[in-house]
Amino acid sequence: MLKRTSYDAVVVGAGVVGAACAYYAAKAGLRVAVVDRGPVAGGTTGAGEGNLLVSDKEPGPELDLALLSTTLWRDLAAEFGDRVEYEPKGGLVVATAPAGLDALHGFAAGQLAAGVDAVAVAADDLRELEPHLADGLPGGVLYPQDAQVQPALAAAHLLRASGADRYLGEAVTALRRGPGGAITGVVTERRELAAPAVVNAAGTWGGAVAELAGVRLPVLPRRGFVLVTEPLPRIVRRKVYAADYVADVASGSADLQSSAVVEGTPAGPVLIGASRERVGFDRTLSPEVLHRLAAQAAALFPVLRTVAVQRAYRGFRPYLPDHLPAIGRDARVPGLYQACGHEGAGIGLAPATGLLIARQLVGEKPEFDLSPFRPERFDEEE
Amino acid sequence: MDPLDLVGAEPGPARTILFDGRPVPALPGQTLAAALWADGVLAWRTTRTGGRPRGAFCGIGQCFDCLATVNGRPNQRLCLLPAEHGDAVTTQEGHGHGDLAV
Repeated sequence: MLKRTSYDAVVVGAGVVGAACAYYAAKAGLRVAVVDRGPVAGGTTGAGEGNLLVSDKEPGPELDLALLSTTLWRDLAAEFGDRVEYEPKGGLVVATAPAGLDALHGFAAGQLAAGVDAVAVAADDLRELEPHLADGLPGGVLYPQDAQVQPALAAAHLLRASGADRYLGEAVTALRRGPGGAITGVVTERRELAAPAVVNAAGTWGGAVAELAGVRLPVLPRRGFVLVTEPLPRIVRRKVYAADYVADVASGSADLQSSAVVEGTPAGPVLIGASRERVGFDRTLSPEVLHRLAAQAAALFPVLRTVAVQRAYRGFRPYLPDHLPAIGRDARVPGLYQACGHEGAGIGLAPATGLLIARQLVGEKPEFDLSPFRPERFDEEE
Repeated sequence: MDPLDLVGAEPGPARTILFDGRPVPALPGQTLAAALWADGVLAWRTTRTGGRPRGAFCGIGQCFDCLATVNGRPNQRLCLLPAEHGDAVTTQEGHGHGDLAV
């Protein structure tokens, strides 16, 4: 006999996005449950670097989300303090060739007009910001709004602070629908939860949850590896990455792209990303990718040649074909809300996503127009 | 009873390693960790945040607790390194890379 419990909303997914949805929904006065087939931060959240970036986003809807999130993360950091390892350390994007510097300056000028803080850094001043940077780099742009958290800690503390009931280690097997097709609840392997609203925050696996509601959401995995060095003192002060990274993020190709993204952590290890390839959910370690990441990072920071890499991990970014997440009420199923497909930006975009979902759940007006993120947009193309 | 007698071991002559500059005997085939243990030394590193003492724990290369600086290279696992004549083991403070800090 299944136990039956009632909520105002059930969030599927205990990653950082699901945790943020639960946090803001509970703050808005709703009674919330979070269900996940695995543990907290067991999917893409736990495989991330914790980047809170505005620097890699061109003006448009995703940047609007990122700027709102930047403000919200500051508030959350004030609430959670050091427990989520929030570091408002800024980002430094460096060009690796003179032509790249022109492109980077052009990109930054557009961002500046859209409300991003961006400061050009001359070649001679790079070392003052990052003493270990390589010789001969033509210049860069400093982004003071970029920040970092420890993503698993962030998800765990958001979830705890939400006070939501948690059902972990039980997969959702069905969504209950009423006579008009509206959502009435969630069935898991062990129980049934009644709720008029379900938030799909299942990240890279969000397509499968949408399918339970009979709708298509084409989330695909985009694999990335991260190298972890031995513990070090602070040798990289900011988040530092090569300007090529922005083009990699925007690429739609399934082939391997990689560019150096380097950052220190409060725990000591330096994290080295970032690779992108669409190879399904293949977890096979790829020596070729690891080699490229190491070589690119060492080209930026030659000092890394003298330290050991202790391990590598990989994860699967939830990729949607237009590189925008699906956020908000799904017009196809009353009571279904989508909050997934954030690709590599989910940690950063989680608070804005959670807040906007909470606004819709309680019938308030969201901070801005959500139509670019509407979940049903992929049906319209066909 | 001496464990060497228990197993009837007939090791070759001891060589000498240096622990923080002090000579310590090491038998052929002993790891640096084993030589230090045999000399009564149990700790050769301090932790990064609390400054607490650390030495050999698993003894088989898995736990990375027995790290120390060997011949100028930090973060070497003493439980895996055979003691060679003249090896200089230095107590390691924290990550052992303090010189790289900016």
